[in-house]
Amino acid sequence: MTTTTQFDTLPERAEIQRGLVAVAMSGGVDSSTVPALLQEQGRPVVGLTMQLWNQRRLPELQGDGPAQHRCCSLDDVYDAKAVAQHLKFPHYVVNFEAQFEERVVRPFVNQYLSGRTPIACTNCNTDVKFEPLLRMARQIGAERLATGHYARIRKNDVTGRWELLRARDESKDQSYFLWGLSQQQLSRSEFPLGELTKEEVRAVARRAQLPVAEKPESMELCFVPNGNYVQFIQAYSRASGISLHGSEGEIVTETGEVIGRHNGVHEFTIGQRKGLGFAVGKPLYVISIDQKQNRVVVGDDDALRTTAFQIEDVNWVSCDTPDAPLYAFAKIRHKHEPAAATIEPLGMNRARITFDSPQRAITPGQAAVFYDGDRVLGGGWIR
Amino acid sequence: MNRVYFDYNATTPVEPEVLDAMLPYFSGEFGNAASIHTPGQRARGAVETAREQVAALIGARAQEIVFTSGGTESDNHAVFGVVVQAFLPVPTSKNPDPSPHIITTAIEHEAVLNACQALEKSGVRVTFLAANREGQIDLDELRQAVRPETVLITVMHANNELGTVQPLEEVGRIAKERDIYFHTDAVQSAGKVPIDVNKLGVDLLSLSAHKFYGPKGIGALYIRGGTRLRQLLYGGHHQRGFRPGTENVAGIVGLGKAAEIARESLAADARRVSTLRDKLEQGLLARVPHARVNGGASLRTPNTTNLVFPGIEGEALLIALDLKGLACSTGAACSSGAVEPSHVLTAIGLPPEEARASLRFSLGRHTTEQEIDFALQVVPSAVEQLRELSPTYPKVAEAR
Repeated sequence: MTTTTQFDTLPERAEIQRGLVAVAMSGGVDSSTVPALLQEQGRPVVGLTMQLWNQRRLPELQGDGPAQHRCCSLDDVYDAKAVAQHLKFPHYVVNFEAQFEERVVRPFVNQYLSGRTPIACTNCNTDVKFEPLLRMARQIGAERLATGHYARIRKNDVTGRWELLRARDESKDQSYFLWGLSQQQLSRSEFPLGELTKEEVRAVARRAQLPVAEKPESMELCFVPNGNYVQFIQAYSRASGISLHGSEGEIVTETGEVIGRHNGVHEFTIGQRKGLGFAVGKPLYVISIDQKQNRVVVGDDDALRTTAFQIEDVNWVSCDTPDAPLYAFAKIRHKHEPAAATIEPLGMNRARITFDSPQRAITPGQAAVFYDGDRVLGGGWIR
Repeated sequence: MNRVYFDYNATTPVEPEVLDAMLPYFSGEFGNAASIHTPGQRARGAVETAREQVAALIGARAQEIVFTSGGTESDNHAVFGVVVQAFLPVPTSKNPDPSPHIITTAIEHEAVLNACQALEKSGVRVTFLAANREGQIDLDELRQAVRPETVLITVMHANNELGTVQPLEEVGRIAKERDIYFHTDAVQSAGKVPIDVNKLGVDLLSLSAHKFYGPKGIGALYIRGGTRLRQLLYGGHHQRGFRPGTENVAGIVGLGKAAEIARESLAADARRVSTLRDKLEQGLLARVPHARVNGGASLRTPNTTNLVFPGIEGEALLIALDLKGLACSTGAACSSGAVEPSHVLTAIGLPPEEARASLRFSLGRHTTEQEIDFALQVVPSAVEQLRELSPTYPKVAEAR
């Protein structure tokens, strides 16, 4: 510009140069600490906050108050912006609503309606954060995308593979949600919090005087207000013209005895005890869901425990597809203690997993992720 | 970093002369223009001078200018003010419920669009005229849309995203023949193209200071003498009761000064800026494969070009360019700041992926030849970089 204008007084922004890192920022303390850490290393950063879901889409789920602590609530976006202003780096809100609905929300609803129990966070990672967002990061000139995930990435110089490892802080470890990442995605990603504990992250946030340093954590599924996913599925289905008519059906025992009725298989998950709607002598659990016949099958705790199952869409992360069965520790839900198992590749990206001892509530739609020590060998969706 | 600005349609820097004119009215001449005493009278004098300056810019009389907080308020005032106050035909057995009817276009600014939609919810009927690929409405369609209950035609002068200018004189004639009030949102044309409210035949016209080198937060509504218009706000008797509230004297003075400068330099600015705009546009068309101009065959404001670069996301290109020091715009920012697909580009028939692949460059009084050269250097390489990583670009290239 030849004249002096107000633009000269904007905060100084990162020059485009080799090593620019894009940071995916949700507005929470974890992802807000990432740019602070990167800046401490002297690296230029640009912040990207994804607009993923518009709560106005399903107005019937809106409470009376402002939309706080919900996905893409304006408060969270403003928090991310405030962090960027504070640390003086450029920040943009980017619109991925269409991709999020197509790749996360709709599959989430469809899975529940077909009697499975999906993990939306894994789809969001594999198909949104590390797909279109990572691409956009590279398109705007960043070499890599850094996120606030608690996990680690390292290059194995012997095998040449990018390996995914558990976080140093086991209580925060999120590697279970990241098994779907490809070698290329891993090679362009960074998880700077992987070596830190939650307390250390808070300490960094406080040291950097981040405006979100004391912000409480949110554990909810981001697009489902109040964690009520049944209500969400009903509202979304109504709004999208998906009929739930005729979804009600029978609750039966393993021997086929009808002991009750239900309002739709999407209200159930394997291992569930509550909400079966009747009382009998001994505790009963959902042991399987038969979507074809709209049946929820219940049984006692023993019936919940199984040993072998199949997985599909298997992705091998830290090693090549093995040509022989592999002995490792498999984890079948986020809070499951990994148990010893044999993983047998079956071709067509499928595999059979056989635990040494029966495990409780192996749930279709969840993921099985196999570990060798801290390394994530791979994972797949439970069929 | 060298920073160049191609977003004058979003806002413009306050001209130093404008700032100088405003400064005395913050602390020295701080009087309330509604006060009877001398300090009040001095403020009143400044306000009335500004009213004349604004009137002169659009060929109006000073008493027909009401100062507002900006374009959005002016638009709302015009739309709500006319409809609430309108005379309606007497109900008959054929037409038992003659609700008021508004005619507008699908490419209006949200200030008009959302005001009309709000009225629609309370029973007012609204016709949203389509626009063709060149951003032009069809006058026959307008004629056919008129009904006995039509109380307002509101058609924007220049479109903010495309720069395309509507044939307002024709619209004005149609409105006058049928005795319907005619409002135009001239926020994007005031100061850029000559405006004469009598030639255009408008009864109401909105403008905003910060689009032509004045301060933000001040604008005006032209109200032709005799127009039946309900006030929007209730309060004291300021501005003949049309717009109560203590007058923003410094802002009004800034608006007046900016209007005066715009009137004097409009012709020269338009010549210079359109030459630069054409150079930018031709240069980008020549350097970026498959690029096209949206609304390019239309009469346009001299400063605006809207280009589609098939195979890219405009949002990513905007960010990439900003990181290289070039500010431009795409679509419309929603409350979070994310880009939403432009309703204007969708309305003129662009498929969604092309609407998302479009970028607006708007130039201004301070744009230089060097800045155009910079853009011609930076934009094509940024588009190329995006296309290399774009999953959709190969299809685009193949199809042509």
